[in-house]
Amino acid sequence: MEMLASLVVAVLFACGAYLVLRARTFPVAIGLALLSYGVNLFLFFTGRLVTGAPPLAGGAAATADPLPQALVLTAIVIGFGMTAFVVALSLRARGELGNDHVDGAGEER
Amino acid sequence: MNLLFIVLLPFAGALLPPLAGRLGREAAAWTAAIVPVLALLLALEPLLAAFAGAPMTVGRAWLPQAGVDLILRMDGLAGLFILLILGIGLLIILYANYYLAEDDSPGRFFALLLLFMGAMVGIVLSDHLLQLLVFWELTSLSSFLLIGFRHRSVEARQGAKMALAVTGAGGLALLAGFLLLGRITGSYQISTILGMGDIIRAHPLYVPTLLLILLGAFTKSAQFPFHFWLPQAMAAPTPVSAYLHSATMVKAGVFLLARLFPALSGTDPWFFLVGGTGLLTLVYGAYSALFKHDLKGLLAYSTISHLGLIVLLFGIDTPLAAVAAVFHIINHATFKASLFMAAGIIDHETGTRDMRRINGLWKYMPISGTLAMVAAAAMAGVPLLNGFMSKEMFFAETFHLAVLGSFSWFLPVAATGAGILAVAYSARFIHDVFFNGEPVNLPKYPPHEAPRYMILPVAVLVGQCLIVGVFPTLTVAPFLALASAAVLNGPLPAYNLAVWHGFNAPFIMSLVAMFGGILLYSRRHALFALHDRLFWGIEAHLLYRRVVHRLIDGARMATEAIDNGSLQRSVALLLLAAGLAVLLPLASGDSALAGDLPISAVDPVTLLGALLMMAAALATVFFHRQRLIALIVLSVVGLLAVLTFVRFSAPDLALTQLAVEVVTIMLLLLALYFLPQQDRPESPGWRRGRDLLLALAVGGGCGLVTWAILTRPATTIADYYLANSLPGGGGANVVNVILVDFRGFDTLGEITVLAIAAIAIYALLDRLCLAPGTLYGVRPRWAFERHSLVLAQITRFLLPLALMVAIYFFLRGHNAPGGGFIAGLITAIALILQYMASGITWTQMQWHQHFHKVIAWGVLLAAATGLGSWLFDRPFLTSAFGHYDLPLIGEIELATAMLFDLGVYLTVVGVVMLILATLALLSRRCVETGRCN
Repeated sequence: MEMLASLVVAVLFACGAYLVLRARTFPVAIGLALLSYGVNLFLFFTGRLVTGAPPLAGGAAATADPLPQALVLTAIVIGFGMTAFVVALSLRARGELGNDHVDGAGEER
Repeated sequence: MNLLFIVLLPFAGALLPPLAGRLGREAAAWTAAIVPVLALLLALEPLLAAFAGAPMTVGRAWLPQAGVDLILRMDGLAGLFILLILGIGLLIILYANYYLAEDDSPGRFFALLLLFMGAMVGIVLSDHLLQLLVFWELTSLSSFLLIGFRHRSVEARQGAKMALAVTGAGGLALLAGFLLLGRITGSYQISTILGMGDIIRAHPLYVPTLLLILLGAFTKSAQFPFHFWLPQAMAAPTPVSAYLHSATMVKAGVFLLARLFPALSGTDPWFFLVGGTGLLTLVYGAYSALFKHDLKGLLAYSTISHLGLIVLLFGIDTPLAAVAAVFHIINHATFKASLFMAAGIIDHETGTRDMRRINGLWKYMPISGTLAMVAAAAMAGVPLLNGFMSKEMFFAETFHLAVLGSFSWFLPVAATGAGILAVAYSARFIHDVFFNGEPVNLPKYPPHEAPRYMILPVAVLVGQCLIVGVFPTLTVAPFLALASAAVLNGPLPAYNLAVWHGFNAPFIMSLVAMFGGILLYSRRHALFALHDRLFWGIEAHLLYRRVVHRLIDGARMATEAIDNGSLQRSVALLLLAAGLAVLLPLASGDSALAGDLPISAVDPVTLLGALLMMAAALATVFFHRQRLIALIVLSVVGLLAVLTFVRFSAPDLALTQLAVEVVTIMLLLLALYFLPQQDRPESPGWRRGRDLLLALAVGGGCGLVTWAILTRPATTIADYYLANSLPGGGGANVVNVILVDFRGFDTLGEITVLAIAAIAIYALLDRLCLAPGTLYGVRPRWAFERHSLVLAQITRFLLPLALMVAIYFFLRGHNAPGGGFIAGLITAIALILQYMASGITWTQMQWHQHFHKVIAWGVLLAAATGLGSWLFDRPFLTSAFGHYDLPLIGEIELATAMLFDLGVYLTVVGVVMLILATLALLSRRCVETGRCN
């Protein structure tokens, strides 16, 4: 299972990184979304792979680590804010520059 | 207590002139003048205490954890400086009242002047090194504002910047020096440090400490080679120059030398560094002053020269020399302030400061002329004036230097040389300006005598020069003795303040200087020609400017080498750096990659999910040019992330991710409407290959790190949270309790960031008008169908239900999966559903919602909950909870954390709605206005 989890993180990071390097804004936004999935899973997995024991106090003796979960919960929401900001930025850039190249250096489309 | 008020008064008083300034210049000036008058009255009692030999001290704890206290102490030295700063400050304010024009914004001027005054008072009264440094930097800042007061003039701005850069850099050195001094002595209290001179001098860190502190003092006091900022600072209005360059600013440096004299002096490094710099500055300043055609330029360089003299006296390092230095500080302050004011009067009445044009002014302005001439004579060291006495003492002290051995003749000769130059430039000031024929081509002709009240401050100061020069024992002697005793921190040497010392070596030197100077001045034309041939183009401030430009160019080139404006390149470099940071330590192979934890077995469902997720991620990349398809596949990745959270015991995360997923995809869909629907392959093949390699490195690195972590045993700090969640936070859902209680401050920061992001997005997209995107270069035909009636009706019924669900998740959040974040997202989705089903126009007609306000209330509520705990004397964001029995419903728990969570909820709703509504409105705006083609 650990191997599988590492592989998933690796693939998410690799795909995200490749897309972030593209020249158009939309793939970059998608790439950022993929990267944030990867980061969130990575952080979440640092609490180890615990099954069937949600972090509720007063119940089972051993539960999953609540700390990475709390971190990731806000990270998910902040990640939405970031994606939204990048999208807004790319729309504005298209409005100002007439194209969707990340450097604003492309033909009008 | 009085001491505290003396320091606070100018700062508080600085608020008044801008207000009074609306009533005109006079009102601003008079309110400003109240401050030094009051402060002088307050200073009376501490001054008497200092005379009585029991200096007043006031201490207040400031940062007790860091050992920094607010300590003010008024001994003799501080008392003398207080008199100079406040007394001359008062005269300057009266003078400036007539000097400034109405459109010079007098309110601002006097406010800045008082700020500066307060900072200077703070320096001299500080009995704590770090506190002194704070005021020291305040003088740098406020003098920056004063020098650049006429901010429309290029010279003023450049002069102000240069002064700030030089004195600011010196301030940094000073800070380092003070820290070392504190390390050596174990105390930052100056009165303690002064008694530890032997320990300091014997310490191995003595020389670096001395060097750093001297750097601070020399930059402030414009000592060679840091002198160049002072002439440039002449771009300030003349009252400012008169104040900064006589009694304050530049005197702060020599004040520091005097203050730390018992602690640092008495060594060879002190003698050579302080004495050498002082001598160099003395001669260089006097020489340069002679060749300035600008009236204020001459005075600026003479200031540099006199500061050099004072520094040299401290460097000579005998008790008597220190007394002479203090004496010259007083004398220089009086004659130089009056000279600057006189120069201001001349500038005011003739419209120029060029000595080649202003000649023969005596018959136009006899009173100002006489006063200026007396002051200039004091500067030259003419007998029966105060400058003569301290200069005699200086000449006498140049003889007592056994250290120089066979070179002991050098100092008297150099001093006499500087004396000759001083007489020559003083003679130039007198003769060139007030005699020497008729004025040439004056902007204002004929010049008039200045208003009476403008002359009055000059007269007061010149009167002092005279009285001190004639009756020294009756006037200045007690102050001098008091201040000198404080400087020496011990018994005073025997000295005689008589006007006539007999026909001795100092007197011969004075005579030589007098006649030599007049001779030199009479031969000036030949001398000027020689000087212009030898030294043209060598200007320290130009050199400085060139260095600064080089630095800026270098910084720009370095920046451009890394960041050429291409995002792709920057991202590639960033990823490369991150990848190397991960892979290099891994490749070094110091320890095994995998830990020794046993690996758990894979079950088929998890395997299937993981494979699907990886496939979907790869498909997103594969289809990234068909954007809609990519988006659909991306949502598969997100949904599988939700399932991952479910699988590994994180119900809160699963709920959050699910809701965010919906919102994100909606957002991207909305955005896609305005972007091209597809891409042609853009990058060349080699670039895609490079990106692929980079991506593999990044992904591989992260995967390996994950692997390394997962195969090692976990040590967590979560046990505390698990154990204290119920008893301490009153909630069973530990994740939620961490968010709203244990780490509530982090959450407050996070919702603030969210709020900022939403408002920034609103600012980016508001008033933007975009055409829909294209497909293969053609604008696709979008379906503009009316909204489905069935869907619209169903969603209207759904809304209350969805809101109920949100409330349910919100209320149970403290004990079971749920909470403000999740409830907020569910609410937002329920509202968005209305938009989608019924259209934005209809929905906005139903509620006139202002999502900005919702966000603001959310953040404010969360912050107010945190502040509320202050009412009960608890730290920020301490939570309280209790259990209550309600009829019918049963036991219910109420916690302040729930209020906080409500703030989170409101913020999240507001943020999501503001972002999506802004994007949605974008489409409507363009359809309605039809401005876009």
